[in-house]
Amino acid sequence: MAIEERPAKTAKGVPIDFEEDVIQRRPVTTQAGLGSEDVPTRQAALANDDNMVFTTVANLVNWARSRSPWPLGYGLACCAIEMMATAGPHHDLSRFGAEVFRSSPRQADVMIVAGTVTHKMAPRLRRLYEQMPEPKWVIAMGNCASSGGEFWDSYSTLQGVDTVVPVDVYVPGCPPRPEALTEGVLRLREKITRGG
Amino acid sequence: MSTEAEIRQLPETPLIELPVIEDEGLETEELILNMGPQHPSTHGVLRLVLKLSGEKVIECIPVMGYLHRGLEKIFEWRTYHQGIRYADQADYVSNMLNEHAYAGAMEAIADIDVPRRAEYIRVIVDELSRCASHLVWLGTYGLDVGATTPFLWCLRDREEILDLFEELCGSRMNFNYYRPGGVLYDFPPGWLNKLERYLDRYAQHIEEDYVRVLEGNEIFLERTVGVGVIPADVAIAYGLSGPMLRGSGVAWDLRVDRPYSIYPELKSMTPAVFPEGDAFARFKTRVQEMRLAIAIVRECIANLPGGAMRARLGHVWKCPKGESYYTVEGAKGEVGIYMISDGRSPNPFRAKMRGASFHNLQIAPWLLKGRLVADTVAILGSMDFVLGEVDR
Repeated sequence: MAIEERPAKTAKGVPIDFEEDVIQRRPVTTQAGLGSEDVPTRQAALANDDNMVFTTVANLVNWARSRSPWPLGYGLACCAIEMMATAGPHHDLSRFGAEVFRSSPRQADVMIVAGTVTHKMAPRLRRLYEQMPEPKWVIAMGNCASSGGEFWDSYSTLQGVDTVVPVDVYVPGCPPRPEALTEGVLRLREKITRGG
Repeated sequence: MSTEAEIRQLPETPLIELPVIEDEGLETEELILNMGPQHPSTHGVLRLVLKLSGEKVIECIPVMGYLHRGLEKIFEWRTYHQGIRYADQADYVSNMLNEHAYAGAMEAIADIDVPRRAEYIRVIVDELSRCASHLVWLGTYGLDVGATTPFLWCLRDREEILDLFEELCGSRMNFNYYRPGGVLYDFPPGWLNKLERYLDRYAQHIEEDYVRVLEGNEIFLERTVGVGVIPADVAIAYGLSGPMLRGSGVAWDLRVDRPYSIYPELKSMTPAVFPEGDAFARFKTRVQEMRLAIAIVRECIANLPGGAMRARLGHVWKCPKGESYYTVEGAKGEVGIYMISDGRSPNPFRAKMRGASFHNLQIAPWLLKGRLVADTVAILGSMDFVLGEVDR
């Protein structure tokens, strides 16, 4: 099926001459290969009032990834109820693009470990983490997942999920309020934007 | 739109003759399907090993213990007051009812008289907690059988209950509100008015939203009516309690049959019993319990006496020697604490918890045997267990 070719036009209907446009906007480099100091790059960027952003591919990818991390709903205990409440109507997590709770680790980006991890559960948690595709992040939600919490002397619980998987964001609280989990997701967003 | 009665009267034989595949002489291979421990429809970390023949479940083995946190051992290492906080963690959807059982066991040992006002406050927060639990159940059961809207509506109502609790005791979950001999705080000013206004809205939502969107919904009826039938004698034999037992037509409610607190004085206390025993009857039982809770809370607000909200026990309270078993009608069934005090140590010598979900889960292998795989989720969801209470 042939693709219909349409001449690209600006808002005013004037056709764009791409070659000229690109040449005009190409940053002028010095002999060292870097942008010169008298800002021709900036001038070139501002020459047209079209929307144009200069960035690196890595930054662009990180920005795109940070906008919608799909969580793996790893609800274990009490925190799972608050995780549900966060995704619920009142504390709408979909405002931040992270409401698509996946049941399969293969479709998820961030694992929200919500609840107490026991010794029996730890190998399963590790396996699910390994099944997640790269890049992947982990939010430890609640005191139990962060450090053992109030089960610090229990014989059957893991003292923090970071003994099994690497954790990016710790959300304290027992259980954390939905606002706290939202804050955790936002912090993770910052981290991903920085390339973490 | 067909009603429940019509679906019950549907003829056994379908109108269209489906072609029957002759499988005589063919060997069917058993398939072992592992469901869980991380599965959205097992309501936690339950693992089910299903042995399938085609689409039928021929055997089901529940594997538990993925959330075993050693609560009963921790009770022995914490003081009596600290233990209340840990009792919260058992059934983390209706926390207040666990606290009631734990505090009640202490009061039974020490023979403490609870002030009247404290008993009324307890019944109010108990019933609200039961509502919160049933709302979570209703929402997630809707998700299980394929309806998303009830989940959003139920959590909307639950948030309001949690806001009230937060104002009362400072926490949305894990309240740490009960004390031996009463409760920690009295109602803040204006709280009861808020509660009354909320109850009006809530009663309206039950009738107009939940009942209308589910009881008249043909898909919901097809998935639940006649599915997972538990006869009354089997229910008793398996030791079920709570809405699962009352959904099978056995009128056994601890609030009436083993009365505690001020329940025998309440006029509106009539247990919700439905005789059919299927998933839909359990749904109706829980919805009826939500209505009942509203009536009870309204009656308590109307008759709320003045006075102290906690018995005077002194700054250093020591539990005397003795043992007791105190039961509360929880949201899932009978929640009981068996507590032994040696009279010397600040910790209980032993505190054993009877989790209603654990005992209700026993029937799962019997119930799932011979059912279709697709019905597994609908049946499991209707049982309403919480893994925190199963594994403790």
